[in-house]
Amino acid sequence: MIVFLVNGKEQRVDVSPDTPLLWVLRDKLGLTGTKYGCGEGLCGACTVHIDGRPERSCITPVGDVQGKKVVTIEGIPENHPVKKSWLAQDVSQCGYCQPGQIMSAVALLASKPSPTDADIDSAMSGNLCRCGTYGRIRRAIHAAGGRRARKGGSRS
Amino acid sequence: MSNDNGVSRRQFMKTSALAAGGLLLACHLPLGRRDAAAATAEAFTPNAFLHIGTDERVTVIVNKSEMGQGVYTSLPMLVAEELCCDWKRVTFRPSPVAPEYNHTQFGPIMVTGGSTSVRSEWSRLSLAGAAAREMLIAAAAQEWRVEPAACRAEKGFVLGPGGRKLSFGTLAPKAASLPVPKEPKLKPGAKTLLGKPLKRLDSPAKIKGTAVFGIDVRAPGMLTALIARPPVFGGTVKGFDAAKAKAVPGVLDVVAVDAGVAVVADGFWPALKGREALAISWDEGDGARVSTDAMREEYARLAATPGAVARKDGDAPAELAKAARRFEAEYEVPYLAHATMEPLNCFVDLQSDSCLIRTGSQFQTGDRNAAARVAGLKPEQVTLETTFLGGGFGRRACPASDFVIEAVQVAKTVGKPVMVIRTREDDMRAGFYRPLWRDRVAACLDGRGYPLAWHHCIVGQSIMIGTPFEAMIRNGIDDTSVEGAADTPYAIPNLQVELHSPRNPVPVLWWRSVGHSHTAFVVESFLDELAHAAGKDPYQYRRALLAKHPRHLKVLETAARKAGWGKPLPKGRGRGIAVHESFGSFIAQVAEVSLSGDGRIRVHRVVCAVDCGRIVNPDTIEAQMESGITFGLSAALHGAITLRNGRVEQGNFDDYPLVRMAEMPTVEVHIVLSGEDPGGIGEPGVPPIAPAVANALFAASGIRVRSLPLTPETVKRAGGRAA
Repeated sequence: MIVFLVNGKEQRVDVSPDTPLLWVLRDKLGLTGTKYGCGEGLCGACTVHIDGRPERSCITPVGDVQGKKVVTIEGIPENHPVKKSWLAQDVSQCGYCQPGQIMSAVALLASKPSPTDADIDSAMSGNLCRCGTYGRIRRAIHAAGGRRARKGGSRS
Repeated sequence: MSNDNGVSRRQFMKTSALAAGGLLLACHLPLGRRDAAAATAEAFTPNAFLHIGTDERVTVIVNKSEMGQGVYTSLPMLVAEELCCDWKRVTFRPSPVAPEYNHTQFGPIMVTGGSTSVRSEWSRLSLAGAAAREMLIAAAAQEWRVEPAACRAEKGFVLGPGGRKLSFGTLAPKAASLPVPKEPKLKPGAKTLLGKPLKRLDSPAKIKGTAVFGIDVRAPGMLTALIARPPVFGGTVKGFDAAKAKAVPGVLDVVAVDAGVAVVADGFWPALKGREALAISWDEGDGARVSTDAMREEYARLAATPGAVARKDGDAPAELAKAARRFEAEYEVPYLAHATMEPLNCFVDLQSDSCLIRTGSQFQTGDRNAAARVAGLKPEQVTLETTFLGGGFGRRACPASDFVIEAVQVAKTVGKPVMVIRTREDDMRAGFYRPLWRDRVAACLDGRGYPLAWHHCIVGQSIMIGTPFEAMIRNGIDDTSVEGAADTPYAIPNLQVELHSPRNPVPVLWWRSVGHSHTAFVVESFLDELAHAAGKDPYQYRRALLAKHPRHLKVLETAARKAGWGKPLPKGRGRGIAVHESFGSFIAQVAEVSLSGDGRIRVHRVVCAVDCGRIVNPDTIEAQMESGITFGLSAALHGAITLRNGRVEQGNFDDYPLVRMAEMPTVEVHIVLSGEDPGGIGEPGVPPIAPAVANALFAASGIRVRSLPLTPETVKRAGGRAA
């Protein structure tokens, strides 16, 4: 039995400890906001927070989160500045990668409240978006972080 | 589609109207512009696009799949504009599969593709909104015993003489009992919603994480299946031993299906572990001999031989034969995977007399009918519910319905609701790619340096052959192979475009922007070569050759001006320009590029001008241009599917990379308002970016790269040749 917190609630799951956290969230706990994209930690669609750090749940064995705090997209409040900023910039297109993007952005802003473009490049380049919302993601992060959002998500 | 289907559809509408206690508008409406050949009596059946509840909620039923392009917002805007409702009360619901939701131009099929959603539904949805408005006004006028002409609708209310006012929700039950106007009139005057950058209606669910994509569908007792597929196309199962797979905890069954061997489990992970434990021997057949290297040699040979003629103006070969100086080049682009972020999947709940499919489909009629065929049911016994699509790009509009058929086959064997999922590797290796293309172009110039003759031979698989759309091929020409080349707008007196459509076992399919994804690269690159050969500015060269095409000219000039064409750039940077029409829209892009010492291309900035005619939502247009540019950049800089010994060599985002945040240039989009008929926006942003970048690379470095992707290796090879 593996016991851990998900979005503040204790969960006990009886699965093989090598099962990736992603599939426990999706198939056992019904939390489908966290997405499967690659299974290899290459695309970031499955990003969740483990004890506050952004991690790829598709390559994190659930055995490793025993006793830890996991937060998923469903656990980020609706009034969180990042979610509000995402709405204000109308970032989403197909939307599939966005939970992972938001989880990475929330973690970035928690550690760097006013990130530079270079910070954003470094924190967000593990999250793929096939639709091409990168410019808006950059703007939304700057706006949520209080920096003036520049048109087109520019860099210097 | 049978009579039975019509009856059940009307019953559905009646039931829905009663259940919701409001007005479900079902009316006879004229269709928009239609392809005469594709039109059938089917398309004249009633339509149902709108529901107004007594709770004031306006629900627009959307018959197009939402895959990022914003149809769950743009199509409701078309209805709401004419309805004169309160936009804050508007919501959307995906339509079921029924004849009234068929495409207005493509015949009796429900499909999302060809960048047609807004332009094919503009008229029908505007009239649906107008008809509902007239009915609500008539209801109020009866209530007040006044003439309808004395009333008007505004923001969800009907306003009458003497300050009288009733809400749409209040009026809905009465309006539902009134006759549907045969010829509803569009409202006069200024638009209140169209042209405004309204927020997407689907954003909140996507940000909360509650939007249900196909892969998120759940049902009590649902099982998950993964399919072990042959390593090569056309391969078959010789035999398999399921003992070890069945020993994996959570694995319930192992069954043979046409696509391979399915491992059925109580979740994705046990299914994957079970599949890894499966022992299968394959009969690879001829598929094992396929290699893209061999194909490229064959295509290069074909490109030098006469093909089927797609366009012939004047006599290009004769002019070239007598030209003092000929310019020749060969271009090549690889197979490409759609690589939607959401891997393909399909949920099936099969009963003895019904079948429920829930999936992200772009081609509901085809998928529904395929499911019925496999299930041994009538099409009307199959319900297909369209979920959100985690990207489409054409992959989810597959005439072969591959991901649906395999799921129904698995469902037939397990007797429980089941979802078949593809891993990323399955998704990338199981086929359906943008074809590999080889193009050979030759040209000569007139005395002023402009093209006198242009002879273009295209080699690549037809995406139509072997599908129900094969009938569209005429005289050996699949238009989707030559679009963007055979209809080039450039003033070239002697123009010849030829086509070879070789067959091979690699499955091909439309890929965002279809033929334009390769023709724009070739035409815009080679034209750039000619401009430089003539010693002319590539922008001015294009202007001169497009003098009779005002919409091309306007976007070209807008993009050039906004990009600061001709102004100095930092050392090592170059600008490249490209302009291309596709799907009824005109796009020009200017890219700013530099080349690093290790051969890496850095795209710094892209300026895009777009004329897509009358517009619905400018923010969506901007987003789709940003999207097309990013999608096209991944192909320009990274994308290639290759085969060796029949095996697809790529499987995941490490060997099939996409553009990431750190690589993303600044993108500026400028909308040129022409007021012309609406064009598409989902695809046209893609074609110009690869040639704009390749042309910028030449401007920055003097290196002309004629094959994609523009990797350090291709740049080095081309640079070596140039030096």
